[in-house]
Amino acid sequence: MFFFFYTDCPLERLALVDFRTKQGLECLEKAIRFADQLHVVDTTGIEPMDSVLEDRALYLREDTAVDGGCAEELLKLSRKTVEEYFVVPPGNIPLPKKEERSSMLKHSEL
Amino acid sequence: ASQQLVGVVGLEVHAQINSNTKLFSGSPVRFSAPPNSLVSFFDASLPGTLPMLNRRCVEAAVMTGLALNCTINKKSYFDRKHYFYADLPAGYQITQQRKPIAVDGVLTYSYFGEKKRSQMIRKSVQIKQIQLEQDSGKSLHDDDRSQTLIDLNRAVGLMELVMEPEMKSGEEAAAAIRELQLILQALGTCQGNMSGQLRVDANVSVHRPGEPLGIRTEVKNINSIRYLARAIYEIQRQIDAVQSGRAVQNETRAYDSKSVPMREKEGLQDYFMPEPNLPALIVYEDNASLPTGIDPSQAVVVQKIKDRLPELPGVKRDRLVQTYGILPEHSFTLVNEDGLMEYFETLMKTTQREPRKVIGWVTNELLGHLKQRDMSVSQPISPAHLAELLKLQETGRISSSAAKQVFQEMWRSGGKTAWQIVQEQELGLVHDSAQLHSICQKVVDSHPDEVHAVRNGNKKVLNKLIGLVQKETKGRADPVLVKEILQ
Repeated sequence: MFFFFYTDCPLERLALVDFRTKQGLECLEKAIRFADQLHVVDTTGIEPMDSVLEDRALYLREDTAVDGGCAEELLKLSRKTVEEYFVVPPGNIPLPKKEERSSMLKHSEL
Repeated sequence: ASQQLVGVVGLEVHAQINSNTKLFSGSPVRFSAPPNSLVSFFDASLPGTLPMLNRRCVEAAVMTGLALNCTINKKSYFDRKHYFYADLPAGYQITQQRKPIAVDGVLTYSYFGEKKRSQMIRKSVQIKQIQLEQDSGKSLHDDDRSQTLIDLNRAVGLMELVMEPEMKSGEEAAAAIRELQLILQALGTCQGNMSGQLRVDANVSVHRPGEPLGIRTEVKNINSIRYLARAIYEIQRQIDAVQSGRAVQNETRAYDSKSVPMREKEGLQDYFMPEPNLPALIVYEDNASLPTGIDPSQAVVVQKIKDRLPELPGVKRDRLVQTYGILPEHSFTLVNEDGLMEYFETLMKTTQREPRKVIGWVTNELLGHLKQRDMSVSQPISPAHLAELLKLQETGRISSSAAKQVFQEMWRSGGKTAWQIVQEQELGLVHDSAQLHSICQKVVDSHPDEVHAVRNGNKKVLNKLIGLVQKETKGRADPVLVKEILQ
């Protein structure tokens, strides 16, 4: 198993773990080694299970309107609304940059 | 010598399913409803809500798959595609990435060739897959106040159709989408309106055969078939210019397109995971394969849907050719234009003329006028009125050129019958032999040189004499009769 550095690794961003530090790397290695245990089980010829609902039948609903019309209740949940619209910031709020992250995570093992 | 550049166009189509309720919730689907008025707790992604699959959407996907010659997967799965955007409150979209409901289909389409406009070219494109998925809500950007307004009404069911990048030009893409539109409308699974119900994204590239694909441009949210063809054509031209090192002129890009280098194709954000709240979707081949004791409302049977398939556009065209003996090119036009086929068939019921003689009036005269004014078939001239005009022409009451004139006038006056116009404008052919005789005599008497030439064998001069007679009668003389008399 080998590792290589991206300047912007999606997994890194999502995990909020800094792969550049020795500690971050060790944490990652530990996690992968932990997951390696899965290889102990022989799964040849077996379909992977992706849901605990594998024996259940998918229920099909009739195409008649029974829901909806709770605009008032839902709009109450939003901090800001304008004429029955939910109001949101103009774009996605970006994840904290690396510098900000390290100050946020300074108390954690990572 | 530089090799010929070849275009590569791949289309991705999102078709809104024509159903009463949404894909995963019982909220109604309605056009132009007040914002957020059709939203349930599930649509707003409140914690604790679960998806409930709409049976009608499954049937629609199967029907569409069958019409496009797909293999229907008896077992298909739902996945979550994660990405963050305010109009997707759950943070993921439920879609079918691993194993969609239909795969490996074919869409055959035709279009009129560039060089020879009357020649039809038949092509086909492979459909990689058809998958069921949720639509996101709608965002309205308010740049002035630096905010976005979200309406979650739109989260309806979609069929995503992925086509293989086998098309070469905007023309082919437009023809393919038109055919798809006709098929979906015939099936009733999608109303096919391109300003929202049928969304097309195109990936456009240009390369020399054998060389790798270079710049690829993506065009999204094209809202008409004509713009689709134009946008692709423009982009191909620009890519070609850039790749050849020529400067790209300053042109306003009217379309929402962006250039994406090939390598960065995969979105960095979105990743997939099986939808844990939905078991596999099972559809059954036929009644025989239904498990005992199953509730019929829970079983989608492919054979039953196959039996219920309506007449598809391709079949319609063949039927018109068989029934009326018209050319494939004509039947293509009839089926392609909304309402034109019905107009033609109504017309054929009221007229005695041969279909081949009538078709020209419908596909050239009528359609030409409609296109000029961007109107639909239901207006100005009813089939009955046109039938009357054709009768007048056939029985020799008016000449062919007069008929065209009358047609124009019928169009303009909106409601006058052919006979009315003929009388008002005195366009009827003159058959009175005596009258014609005297006019011919006058012409002959006043042009002795020409008469001499004709007597000596110069036939062309005869036409000139006929022309003179026509002038006298203001074009109303029956040309055949005139010729006879002069001779």
